[in-house]
Order: sequence, then structure tokens, then C-alpha cells
Amino acid sequence: MIELRNLSKHFTTLDGPVDALRHINLTIHDGDIYGIIGMSGAGKSTLVRCINMLERPTEGTVLLDGQDLGTLKEKQLREMRRKVTMIFQSFNLLMQRTCLQNIMLPLKLAGVPDAEAKKKARELLELVDLPDKANSYPAQLSGGQQQRIAIARALATEPSVLLCDEATSALDPKTTHAILELIRDINRKMKITVIVITHQMSVVQEICSKVAILENGEVVEEGEVSEVFSNPKTRASRNLIYPEMADNENLLSDSGQRIRIIFNGKQPSQEPLIAKMAVQTGILPSIVGASTRTVGGNAYGYMLLDVPGSPEDMAKIVSYLNAIPDIIVQVEAEYTGEGARA
Amino acid sequence: MNFTSAFTPERLQEAWTCLLNEFPFAVWETVYSTLVATFFAILLGLPLGIILVTGEKKGIRPLPGPLMSFLNVLINLLRSVPFIILMVMVIPLTRVIVGTSVGTVASIVPLAIAAFPFIARLVESSLREVNPNIIETAQAMGATPMQVICRVMLPESVPSLITNFTLAITTIMGYTAMSGAVGGGGLGKLALAYGYQRYRYAVLYLAVIVLVLITQVIQSFGTWLARKTDKRLKNK
Repeated sequence: MIELRNLSKHFTTLDGPVDALRHINLTIHDGDIYGIIGMSGAGKSTLVRCINMLERPTEGTVLLDGQDLGTLKEKQLREMRRKVTMIFQSFNLLMQRTCLQNIMLPLKLAGVPDAEAKKKARELLELVDLPDKANSYPAQLSGGQQQRIAIARALATEPSVLLCDEATSALDPKTTHAILELIRDINRKMKITVIVITHQMSVVQEICSKVAILENGEVVEEGEVSEVFSNPKTRASRNLIYPEMADNENLLSDSGQRIRIIFNGKQPSQEPLIAKMAVQTGILPSIVGASTRTVGGNAYGYMLLDVPGSPEDMAKIVSYLNAIPDIIVQVEAEYTGEGARA
Repeated sequence: MNFTSAFTPERLQEAWTCLLNEFPFAVWETVYSTLVATFFAILLGLPLGIILVTGEKKGIRPLPGPLMSFLNVLINLLRSVPFIILMVMVIPLTRVIVGTSVGTVASIVPLAIAAFPFIARLVESSLREVNPNIIETAQAMGATPMQVICRVMLPESVPSLITNFTLAITTIMGYTAMSGAVGGGGLGKLALAYGYQRYRYAVLYLAVIVLVLITQVIQSFGTWLARKTDKRLKNK
């Protein structure tokens, strides 16, 4: 179990002090695939580097199975890092070494004899499905293959936690899918806790069980992926989860009456909800924007409606929608005027 | 004696004899003093270059700031003294180490002293080319600073180090010619003492041509080796 307790990190730059992380509290249980999602500059990379103490937190503690990592001596820290390994966006393989030598590296650093390290490395090449690349150099491999070698290398010291720092951000969608599949396999078969840092919503959606949304160094939302994704509460989360809606969110409402309808996966997606409402109430709202996806026949996502007419019409619509089970209706106060926009 | 008279048939015949009799040993002296001086210069310059990179504030093993400043100033100082003057300045030291200040072996001392700060700077630039992400990765694997240097930084920069050492060898060979002016042996001495001072210009030019040829061979070999060892190049 990894516990982050009131974790803060400040940097001093030439432009003055920067709060990269502010009072982060997270608990990551054994066996989780935990996503940490945020825009560039949100502090994701700093956060993940605090977990293996590549960055020393300014305040707060990181507990790994109850042990405060901040108190470890250099030698203990190095031993810990064999148990909490890492893969990166740019793969970071040694370019002048063969794949086999790359995978052997962490074992050699730990003082494992050559023959044993080689044997282990060959097993790992099998695991990542590249047994014929032992003597190839990274430059001869595709991005996806390089990441597989990097994963094999990260697994060499039999870690309990794998940190993935934007591990699929440099890969195309198909390769991303294959790599995520591999990570999920590893998580299941080897019982390794995985922490996934990403700016790609799709990555979290595909493999994570839990997610934390990071914005400006703070965790703005946290929980089960299905919960957080079906009803993101802050604007930052909405922009991340439904990036295509970011522009629509900023459109002003003519009538000043805007409703958000949230589909949290309980409503069948083929239900003609809005059309029915228009027919039955006689009020014709316009759809400002919608971002929904169908998962297992059910709709996830949300829709923004502008309701024309008087406040009575608005009330009518709201009460109509409230009567429908399994959707969440929110009246958006923040769009009713210039002053409220900020 | 004018210039053209240096190339009469007799003079050319004389130069040819000189080429056969004197040149082989002179070439040997040049190559020998170059290589031995380079060896000692690397012996001193390589660790120094490593320290320049790893010891700085953001390096993998920061060293006290004043020490780093001292090393940098020392290197700049040594590098700014012209070789021909440095050679004379270190004569007392040469006497202590070699027992004499004249001859090929004695010239190795000033050569190594002049070259090691240069090598240190070259090593520094080679190591700075190593992708910092790879160094971070090694640290994330639990590598000690020494392991990062020996298992990551040096192996990753081998092609660049070979290129830079080739540059160093050719530069040091240029210095050996200068050492001919103050008692060092080799092609430089032949060109200056035999060719220039005795007006045997044919010998002077021959010596220069041979030096150019040796430089070419060393440079081509170095370039070939650097390319051969670089595994980043896909199509070989």
C-alpha cells in the first residue's frame, strides 16, 4: 500500500517559487491500477517522482507499506527503488547496449551474477513477447517494442510497484492498446501495483480501477473511475474527461437558463430522451454540446441544454427531467451572466 | 641561398636519402611521443572530465562549489598558456620526472600537461551529451553514482569519446612538432633543425607531408571506429 500524506513540493526557479504539489493525500492499495490524470504542468511527473524519492517532497510523507520513505538512508533508498520501478514516455533505454543487456542492467546494478541475470532477462523477453530481440539494439526497434523492453527491464528486480510516467504518450493508439494490455496482464499475473500517470483520458478508461485528477498541483477529484468519469465535478475534470466539450462549456447562454444532464451509465443509450421531453413539454431546448459514449449499451457522459423562454419553462423542464430515473440534472448557475463566468 | 635552389636535383636526391634514412625513426618518435602523451593525458583528463560533469550542483554527485571553481579555473589557466611557453615553464618538472629536459621522452611531460585539461573539457562535452533521462532512469533503478558513471554515462558516450579522443590525438601530434623547437624528437625536429635551419626545404616539405598523412590516417580510423561503435545508427 502506498500512502501519500499531505505531500507538498516547492521549487525555486528563476521566476520565483513554484508550488508543484500542494497537500496531496492519496491511498493506493495493493493490486490497484491507479491513474493520475492531469494536463501538462499539473504536477503529475513531480508527484510520481516523489513516490520513488527521485524528488524529495518539501512537506509531507510517502509511506510504502507503512514505511516512511523520507527517512531512508541512501543505501535503503536504492534497495527500495528495486521494488518500486519505473517506465517512461521516452523509454530511456541505453542506446549503446543490446536489449538483453538493457534488461540485465538493474540486476547487474544489484550485484546479480552474469549468468543468473542473463537467464532472468531471457525469461522477461519471453514475457514481453520479444524473445528474438535479445541481441538487437534499441534503435532497431519500434517505439512499442522499445517500451516492451523497458517494461521487461522494470520487472527484472521483481518489483511490487510499477510507476508508468506517460508510458504510452509517444505511441500510436493501436500500440498504446497493446502496451496497456501488457501492463494489465502484469498487474494481474504478478500482483504488481501499477500507478499510471497520463494526460490521456482513454488510458485511464482502459486500464485503471481508480483515478485521481490533478490540477495545479492539487487533487481535485478522486475515486472509482466509473464514478469520477460519469460525473466529473470540477471544470478541470470535465475538460480532461471531455476535452471536446471545453469550447462549448464557455459559450454563453442566450436565455441564461442552462441545464447539465449527466448520464452515468444507467440510462439505455437508444432512449430518445430529449426528443420525448420536447414533445411532452412543448418546450424546445437547444443542445449546446454533448459528449456521451456508449459502454455496454448504456450512455455515459453529459449534455448541455439551453432552455428558452421564462423561468417557468425552465422549472417545467427541470421537474420533467428530475422525474426520469438514473440521470442527474444540474442547473448551471455559472452561465447566467458575464459576472458569473469567472 | 634562395628558395628555388632548394629544389635542385641534388637537393631532391639528398631529401630522398633523408627520407629513407632519417624519416622512419622520426615518424616512430612522433607517433610514440603522441601516443604516450595522449595516454597520460587521458589518465588525468578522463577522471577530471567526469568530475566536471558529475560534481556540479545539479550533477549526480555534487562536490563543494569552491572545489569545482578551482578545477575550472585550473583547467582554463593551463589551456590558456601557449604550448611553446608551457614547454619551457615545465622544464624543472620534466627534469624531476624524466631526469633530463631534452629528447623525445622528456617532451612527453609538457605534452601530457598541455593535453590533459583539453581532454578533460572534451570528456566533459561528451558526457553532457548523454541523455539526462537515461541517467535519471539509472537512478530510479537504484544505481550508485559510481554505477551511473561506469555503467551508463561512459558506455553511452563511447562513440562521442572516440571522436573527441581522435581530435585530441591529432592536436597533440601538432604539439609534438612544436616540441622539436626545444629538444623534442620526431618529424618536427627533422623539419625545423634539418629542413628549415639548414635550408633543406625539400626535407621540410616532406616532413610536413608525412605529418599530414599520419593525421589523415588517425582521423579516418577514429571516424570509422566511432561510427562502428555507435549503435544508434540503424543502417550499417
